[in-house]
Amino acid sequence: MQQSRIHLAIAAVATAIALPTFAAEPIIGLITKTETNPFFVKMKEGASAEAKAKGAKLLSAAGKTDGDNAGQVTAIENMIAAGAKTILITPSDSKAIVPSIKKAREKGVLVIALDSPTEPANATDALFATDNFKAGVLIGNYAKATMAGKPAKIATLDLFPGHPVGAQRHNGFLEGFGLKSLDAKSNELAKPAEVVCMADSFGDQAKGQTAMENCLQKNPDINVVYTINEPAAAGAFNALKKAGKEKGVLVVSVDGGCQGIKDVGAGKIAATSQQYPLKMAAMGVAAGVEYAKTGKKPSGYTDTGVTLIAAKAVAGVDSKDTKTGMDLCWGNK
Amino acid sequence: MPSWKEQLPSIGTLGPFIALLIACGFFSLQSEQFLTGANFSLILQQVMVVGLIAIGQTLIILTAGIDLSCGMVMALGGVVMTKVAHDYGVHPVLAIAAGFAVTAGFGLINGLLVTRIKLPSFIVTLGTMNIAFAITQLYSQSQTITDLPAGMTFLGTTFSIGQTEVAYGTVLMLAMYGASWLWLRETASGRHIYAVGNNPEATRLTGIATHKVLLMVYVLAGLCYGVASLLSVARTGVGDPNAGQTENLDAITAVVLGGTSLFGGRGIVLGSLIGAMIVGVFRNGLTLMGVSSVYQILITGILVILAVATDQLSRKGGR
Repeated sequence: MQQSRIHLAIAAVATAIALPTFAAEPIIGLITKTETNPFFVKMKEGASAEAKAKGAKLLSAAGKTDGDNAGQVTAIENMIAAGAKTILITPSDSKAIVPSIKKAREKGVLVIALDSPTEPANATDALFATDNFKAGVLIGNYAKATMAGKPAKIATLDLFPGHPVGAQRHNGFLEGFGLKSLDAKSNELAKPAEVVCMADSFGDQAKGQTAMENCLQKNPDINVVYTINEPAAAGAFNALKKAGKEKGVLVVSVDGGCQGIKDVGAGKIAATSQQYPLKMAAMGVAAGVEYAKTGKKPSGYTDTGVTLIAAKAVAGVDSKDTKTGMDLCWGNK
Repeated sequence: MPSWKEQLPSIGTLGPFIALLIACGFFSLQSEQFLTGANFSLILQQVMVVGLIAIGQTLIILTAGIDLSCGMVMALGGVVMTKVAHDYGVHPVLAIAAGFAVTAGFGLINGLLVTRIKLPSFIVTLGTMNIAFAITQLYSQSQTITDLPAGMTFLGTTFSIGQTEVAYGTVLMLAMYGASWLWLRETASGRHIYAVGNNPEATRLTGIATHKVLLMVYVLAGLCYGVASLLSVARTGVGDPNAGQTENLDAITAVVLGGTSLFGGRGIVLGSLIGAMIVGVFRNGLTLMGVSSVYQILITGILVILAVATDQLSRKGGR
């Protein structure tokens, strides 16, 4: 008796969940790396605003932590079951997710990678993302112009070994600085003589601070700091301030979150390359709705743009001020 | 009178210290900046958060329990104290007290579930780890809390001893290690913790209220995590909802490396400080050498297995 009642309840709940499948509005799934990173929070916000405007239904899911491939696989399966015709995904593991994406596409689902590509990149129908190498080049150019020929002693606070986004920003920065670097496809980190310390920050403020403290122990004369993102930059600034070196050291970063732009305004970070998660998601949803209506699929790579934000412009380098940055930033304003 | 041989510390006690000395010796050969007062002050600052969590964790492991929630509770404490201070403009001291109340409250819940419902600590804290993480994210809306009053970050500031800048937070950590070491060694309530860890049934039969001892241990551990929250806030200058994720297991690693037995009843709290220092020394030394952080993780993994193996073998040997 008890058991059949439970079965009934399950059936009722399942029907309730399955019902929206029959609705006319196209269903679009968004799978981010985590639910908690402000970058992905903003991405979800952009997707749901666009979905509302276009009359689509948005389902969202995420892995538990960055790198949780199994969580993303489950999310793909659930979204196909829920009737999604388009899935937007920021792959946590660029290779491990490929078989699941292949299965989804075999069922006629349009899959678009947002923010980071899969390996191989053509495993998805299209990619909407920041050009991370270019983001690095922009801050490299800025740092070079600011240094105006003064000999540079550089510390790089990277993400963690082997991550393509980390390598692209790092190598892009060195390229922009006019140093010996590797190309945009490399997953290795270039280390020319001017780079006196390389440390992993995992994109985290506390670890960024620890990494910078250790770099300053190694070489107190560091005068340029490249950071993978703004939390790492904030950590680096803390370390510099404690060592009484916050004045003479140039800190540059990538991301463009609201806190990061505030730190640019406050002089903690000299310049940052701002990327646009909201735009990535909105473009993805628009493409999904277009596919549902006309069957037209997007293809290849679409650059969602990157802008150099600096409190002080330098001659010969195109940058926008922090007000522009604040208007377009993500996270708490 | 015990013979002089029995007065000597056991391998389990000396092992971690020897490992730390070997690591320090190695790194001072590799890098001339390593063996300086400034660098050691720095390493102490880098390990102070894990070090304080490890005090609470040591207490729990001494009772043959384990606390998986430690890092997440620490993160929650940090978010609560910074948000209370920042959003409601409450005086830093009261805001910090609110954070302590939350972390001690989590300790109380862990303790009650372990003692009253007799759930294994592993399962209880697996649950509260997730609960604390979720509350942290919901309460902070996954946003870092900035612009804190100076009173909250005071422990991150430094004073100088000669040439060396020392953070107030590290002094607090060392003082808390000293106090907990004396308490565990010299007082009846401290000894009861070892007794409960060694043989709870025998301890109960001698008339000691084992439940009360356990409950006290979990609440005290919660308070330690509260102090760790404050140190974390002071060090980074922000309330970070994503803090505690690596500290969670790092603290257990420090306790195990420090020679405290996972089977309960044996260990010295000062060992956990050594254990935390070992991890900090590797991170610092490898950066000075220009080696990838992955090697630090590799070496830590090997050391953890060595530490537990030593404990297990010495137990079989009848010590």
